[in-house]
Amino acid sequence: MAEVLFFIAGIGAIAGAIGVVRVSNPFYSVLSLVFHLLSLAALFLLLRAQFVAAAQVVVYAGAVMVLYVFVVAYVGGDQMPMRPAGGPVLNVGAIVFATALFVELVIAFLGSSLQAIDTDGAQYDPAFGTPGQIGELLLTKFLLPFEVASFLLLIAAVGAVVLARRRGGIAAPQPAQPLDRPRPLGTGTMAEGVGILLPEGSGLKEDEPEKGGGW
Amino acid sequence: MSIAWYLVVSAMDFSIGAGGVLIRRNPLVILLCLELMLNAANLSLIAFSRMWGNGDGQIFAIVVMVVAACEVCIGLGVVVAMYRRRLPVDVDEMTELSG
Repeated sequence: MAEVLFFIAGIGAIAGAIGVVRVSNPFYSVLSLVFHLLSLAALFLLLRAQFVAAAQVVVYAGAVMVLYVFVVAYVGGDQMPMRPAGGPVLNVGAIVFATALFVELVIAFLGSSLQAIDTDGAQYDPAFGTPGQIGELLLTKFLLPFEVASFLLLIAAVGAVVLARRRGGIAAPQPAQPLDRPRPLGTGTMAEGVGILLPEGSGLKEDEPEKGGGW
Repeated sequence: MSIAWYLVVSAMDFSIGAGGVLIRRNPLVILLCLELMLNAANLSLIAFSRMWGNGDGQIFAIVVMVVAACEVCIGLGVVVAMYRRRLPVDVDEMTELSG
């Protein structure tokens, strides 16, 4: 049973990953990544990591991917061509690089002298991977990384606000002044430059602007 | 299933993500490919955690998820800022820093 579930989830994960890279519309890339993340959560469950699997589904496939969908909808998921110009060399090079990386990683994993890598894993106590155990580890053995991670999240939130704000700050919009007020004639407005927009009843000609007057 | 199978899946995911970073031009999709690589690392961390029967690797995976969330936050902020300033959302045309 575990074998069947592993192959379903593993093939789903790899298919999702290939979909992220190959699909040309960024919106479908995000959806493919959601599929990939759900398959990975199934793999985590097979590895008895219940809490991480739940966090993966809720936080990753839920919250983070919604953020992606928002930004794709904002920026516009227009069809980006797969590197049309000057591409084939880098395209083939990237595939060769990825294959070489895969072979190297597999050699590094399977060629290592780890004895337990061919087993199903060590014996574990029934509490392995439960929220209770994760919480206990986070608050005792890994308290400092936990606090540092929360601080990192705070910094990232502030940084995102600073990056994506409107230039000129978040202050209240200024009362619409100088642009809406009628300007004195002869002060070099763009309308004068192209010779239009002289008021009807002002008696002005285009060649003799009134000094200091106004509409 | 032996742990080695999970590690092979993790390696394949990682290489697909690395290739995607090189192939794609849209910074949004490049961020997605970075997510792929981070998740491949997460899978191997959890596989090793299961291999030793020890929960420390899962804590490490959770920390990786936190870092990935921060990276998404900043990366999407950069993309939105690029779009606001009418810059092309294309990494090949963002060459001002290349000297």
